[in-house]
Amino acid sequence: MEKTAKKMNPVSAFFHSQMVIPVVALLLLLVFNLIMDPTFFKITLGTNSAGDPVLSGNLISVLNNGSELAILAIGMTLVTAATGGQDISVGATIAISGSVLLRVICGGEAKPAELAAPVFVGFLAACAAAMLCGAFNGILVAGFKIQPMIATLILYTAGRSIAAWVNNNTLPIVPGEKFTYFGGFIPGIAMPTPFLIAVLCFIVIALVLKFTNLGIYTQAVGINESAARLNGLKPAAIKILSFVILGVCVSVAALIKVSRISSINYSVIAQNIEMDAILAVALGGNSLGGGKFNIWASVLAAYVIQLLTTTLYKFKVSSDALPAYKAVVVIILVVMSAPVVREKMSELGKRFKTPTKEVG
Amino acid sequence: MPEMKKKKGLSDANLLLVITIVAFFVMYIGAILFLKGGFLKAQMFFNILDANAGLIITSCGMSLVMITQGIDISIGGVVGLVCMSCAVHLELQGGNPFTAFLIAVGIGLAFGVVQGFLVAYLDIQPFIVSLAGMFFARGLTTIIHTNPISVSNEAFKALRKIKFILPGLGYVNKKGIYIDTTVELGSVIAIVIVILMFCMLRWTKFGRNFYAVGGNKQSALMLGINVKKTKFLAHLICSLLAGIGGYIYFMHLGSAATSNASGMEMNAIASSIIGGTLLTGGVGNIIGTFFGVLSLNTIQNIVSSIGLDEAWWTGITIAAMLCLFLLIQSVVLSRTKKK
Amino acid sequence: MKENVVLEMKNISKSFPGVRALQNVDFSLCEGEIHALMGENGAGKSTLIKVLTGVYGKDSGEIYLKGENGAVNIHSPQGAQKLGISTVYQEITLCPNLTVAENMYIGRGKGWKQNWKKINADTDRILQSLGIPAKATQQLSSCSIAIQQMVAIARAVDMECKVLILDEPTSSLDESEVEKLFKLMRDLRAKGVGIIFVTHFLDQVYEVCDKITVLRDGKLVGQYEIKDLPRLKLVAKMLGKEFDDMAEIRGESEEYSAADAGTPVFEAKGLQSNAGIYPFDFHINKGEVNGFTGLLGSGRSECVRAIFGADHVVAGKVKVKGKDVKIKNPLDAMKNGIAYLPEDRKVDGIIGDLSVRDNIILAAQVLRGFFRPFSKAEAQKAAEEYIKLLEIKTASADTPIKSLSGGNQQKVILARWLFAHPEYLILDEPTRGIDIGTKTEIQKLVLKLASEGMSVTFISSETDEMLRTCSRLIVMRDRKVVGELTGADLNQNKIMSTIAGGESV
Repeated sequence: MEKTAKKMNPVSAFFHSQMVIPVVALLLLLVFNLIMDPTFFKITLGTNSAGDPVLSGNLISVLNNGSELAILAIGMTLVTAATGGQDISVGATIAISGSVLLRVICGGEAKPAELAAPVFVGFLAACAAAMLCGAFNGILVAGFKIQPMIATLILYTAGRSIAAWVNNNTLPIVPGEKFTYFGGFIPGIAMPTPFLIAVLCFIVIALVLKFTNLGIYTQAVGINESAARLNGLKPAAIKILSFVILGVCVSVAALIKVSRISSINYSVIAQNIEMDAILAVALGGNSLGGGKFNIWASVLAAYVIQLLTTTLYKFKVSSDALPAYKAVVVIILVVMSAPVVREKMSELGKRFKTPTKEVG
Repeated sequence: MPEMKKKKGLSDANLLLVITIVAFFVMYIGAILFLKGGFLKAQMFFNILDANAGLIITSCGMSLVMITQGIDISIGGVVGLVCMSCAVHLELQGGNPFTAFLIAVGIGLAFGVVQGFLVAYLDIQPFIVSLAGMFFARGLTTIIHTNPISVSNEAFKALRKIKFILPGLGYVNKKGIYIDTTVELGSVIAIVIVILMFCMLRWTKFGRNFYAVGGNKQSALMLGINVKKTKFLAHLICSLLAGIGGYIYFMHLGSAATSNASGMEMNAIASSIIGGTLLTGGVGNIIGTFFGVLSLNTIQNIVSSIGLDEAWWTGITIAAMLCLFLLIQSVVLSRTKKK
Repeated sequence: MKENVVLEMKNISKSFPGVRALQNVDFSLCEGEIHALMGENGAGKSTLIKVLTGVYGKDSGEIYLKGENGAVNIHSPQGAQKLGISTVYQEITLCPNLTVAENMYIGRGKGWKQNWKKINADTDRILQSLGIPAKATQQLSSCSIAIQQMVAIARAVDMECKVLILDEPTSSLDESEVEKLFKLMRDLRAKGVGIIFVTHFLDQVYEVCDKITVLRDGKLVGQYEIKDLPRLKLVAKMLGKEFDDMAEIRGESEEYSAADAGTPVFEAKGLQSNAGIYPFDFHINKGEVNGFTGLLGSGRSECVRAIFGADHVVAGKVKVKGKDVKIKNPLDAMKNGIAYLPEDRKVDGIIGDLSVRDNIILAAQVLRGFFRPFSKAEAQKAAEEYIKLLEIKTASADTPIKSLSGGNQQKVILARWLFAHPEYLILDEPTRGIDIGTKTEIQKLVLKLASEGMSVTFISSETDEMLRTCSRLIVMRDRKVVGELTGADLNQNKIMSTIAGGESV
């Protein structure tokens, strides 16, 4: 998908592909940082309190903190493509999934001395819970023909309450060092684990796209459901599948989020992440109305969003005021990429170009 | 032919509206019968109304935008911004309630113009535009002021105290004293706005344009309707109502904090849906939205009065109710499609 | 500008990225005439009309209207309406969620107040005077497509337009409705309205029109009086070549000998779907071409949809090559070697944003299964093969199908099903809304496929086409199969009388 038309020269092919938006945004941010403060790019190899090597620096923190968002962007892109709508419940289902994870590995105690079950088992349970939420959304969307944003509004409203209910409103704290590896560093590896997990997810989805028809089926259903059905596809199944895949992404993100603090805060965990995830899809140049998609553009866009966040923090913007700046950047990007504006721009460009052609 | 028409007498839109209103009354009467608590007193109903006057106004705007096939999730942010700006103006800059109201309207118009322009004339998806609008409003709120403000402006306090006595609806308390049932100024304004919006949408040509655009954009254009302008106006009115609603909400609270009206957009969407507005556009009714808001809050009151006080029950109840109404809509619509 | 000329377009040009849709086209319309605008798909008819109605801006050229000084600029459909140019489009361009009366009056007049009582009464009066069986307060979506179309015409008529454009208004009307429309058009002509009539049906042109303007490849071929341009010449002008393909096809079809030996490829007993058709029996043999015929809405499409499992099948037994099978959905049908080219290309056929290549391989891909995608090279090879075989005009296999013309889109869908290598191919109106050249190609292809052993069911609203291709016709009336015609019975008169039920005539 990333290398389409071979006949076009690579440069013009790039400018016609949807990758152009996130890449240009990325370059703009990087250049901006380079001009403002070149030390932004400094990466140092140090050791943490346990004496293990860790990489640190702004770029590393972007890769680290942007991972959950990038993972969610995979699933959100698929859901958007298949259903033409977005799942706004991912933040809430991260809370549910994380809560289930804690319930299983802490065995329902607030401060257990040791793990009640292996993390792996806990993760499977969390994954199952998130997939179940995905299936619930999927059935409402595909079976009952409810618009995705509205169908997922249900879990968005109830999710954090359900998460609190799962652990009876206690905030269990996971004992031991090992659980923090998922959201921190594995001893001996200097790259942050969340980024490694994200890369693993990218590899898995790349393989899935290569060895199955997920891509073309999803796009066909998203573009013309009726025609897809008459070609033997089952639109409902594919839509539900996309939500379930998003569920898997949610559970991985939940694992990282919970591991970062070894605990959970039901009302704050992954707050507003659904908005960022949708933003990543849009910034990646995917139509929010469904149809054609490019997962890698969304993933890149997710990191761009994180880079923007980190940059703003760097300029001492408080975390509360952050959204205002983000909004301005988003609007600028969206306006620039709007077809109407692009058309006007290219018209202007033509006007400048034509006289020179005649001269030459 | 004639017998077909009789069956068609109740269109989908009306059926959904009837379901909403019936559901509300069943719920309320059920509460009166089984939960003696406060439901028997008329004041209970007007308390719900007072507390939700702001939400009712903003929901009207939300319904309007949803009818034109759009969505505006910035209204919670706008309401929050209005509260904070007005509080700062009244408390720290020594303003008066009227200038504060102008500020509220101004904020609403500013958001409406920008969002409306982006959605209608640059053809950017309303979800993204209003998402950015929400982020911007929330961020701006904290930039203006971070700490909660309680307003002590006398004129404003006086304004807040305006209450209308509803004759004949009072009750006699245990001590034998007759207590009047009162309703706040905000509720009266909310009801006036509901009626105005209802008449505008139902009977004016201007109002029907919104339905036409929501029903089929392409057709509306061919029918000679200025689709862009109509969409622009929908967003403008929605944001303006968010500004006014924000002021009413602020009047009810009497104080401002950065977390004001968080999640209000979702409540407004939920109310519109419960009231029979379809996100696919072209179908919706302001009266339905009004009852949607009341239903949503009545059920919350019922749940807490049965003794399910834990914080999570509110969220779960709203979600369950939303789920129920979505399923009803889905069934009603698929039923008519098959015909 | 001459005395009775109501509209004059001069030197109109319009380009889209990569296409010159109109090049210096002139067009003029007199008062009180019905003027046919003819041309193949992609000839520029739609573009010309959209320029005239302000949907597209023109790149160059002028438009003059009677009663307006100088050239007029039309920026929007609203502007066009104000100038007295009304349009009824091929697709219904009304709002289904509003009432009939609202659809008649919305977007018109000044001010914001509206007297709904008067409007409802007016609407009822107009509907009655035009003989349209609808009520003013009825929601439009509860009317049939034909009635919705009539309402659209009623609206345009009521706007007292000087120029009325009818863009393929008859494609979803049945014969009696078409008659009503023609009567209306003649009434309007008598009142001095200039009517531009766009249609694919040649018969209709010769029935009502006074003049013909022919476009080809975005250029004006000429403007003719109807009496000066006999049918064959018109076709020749449209195609830009002499026309003898029809005779050729007829010759080929004679060669088919009724090969009804052996077990049928497909056989159904008492088949019924939830789309409201009565149970029907049906069979088709190897190498046979048969067809369903009947008026619009008689259940032709519903029958083949039931065969393919596209509608929910509620009763009936199905055998494929003598074996009992269950066909519950399109995938079951495809697995049994059945292919179905749907009636509505835009809604059920093309996957607009996907490339021509992806559209071609889709059905075969689904048959291969979720875990066995075609490699890029395989897909490209297949796409190129079929683009060549069916002479699909596309820039490359990567071009999104939505940017192709209607006829070429149809060929891509055909290619999709041919690549799935079915034994039984169902074509539901494969020639609707496409140009004559492609129509002929498709008819030829059907006969060729049949001679190679494929069974084909062919549906078309043009009986000529059916007679040319089918060796057996199943006649439908009111959602029931009412007859089957073969051999000597295959002629226009017999079909008509069977459809009419033999009671009349």
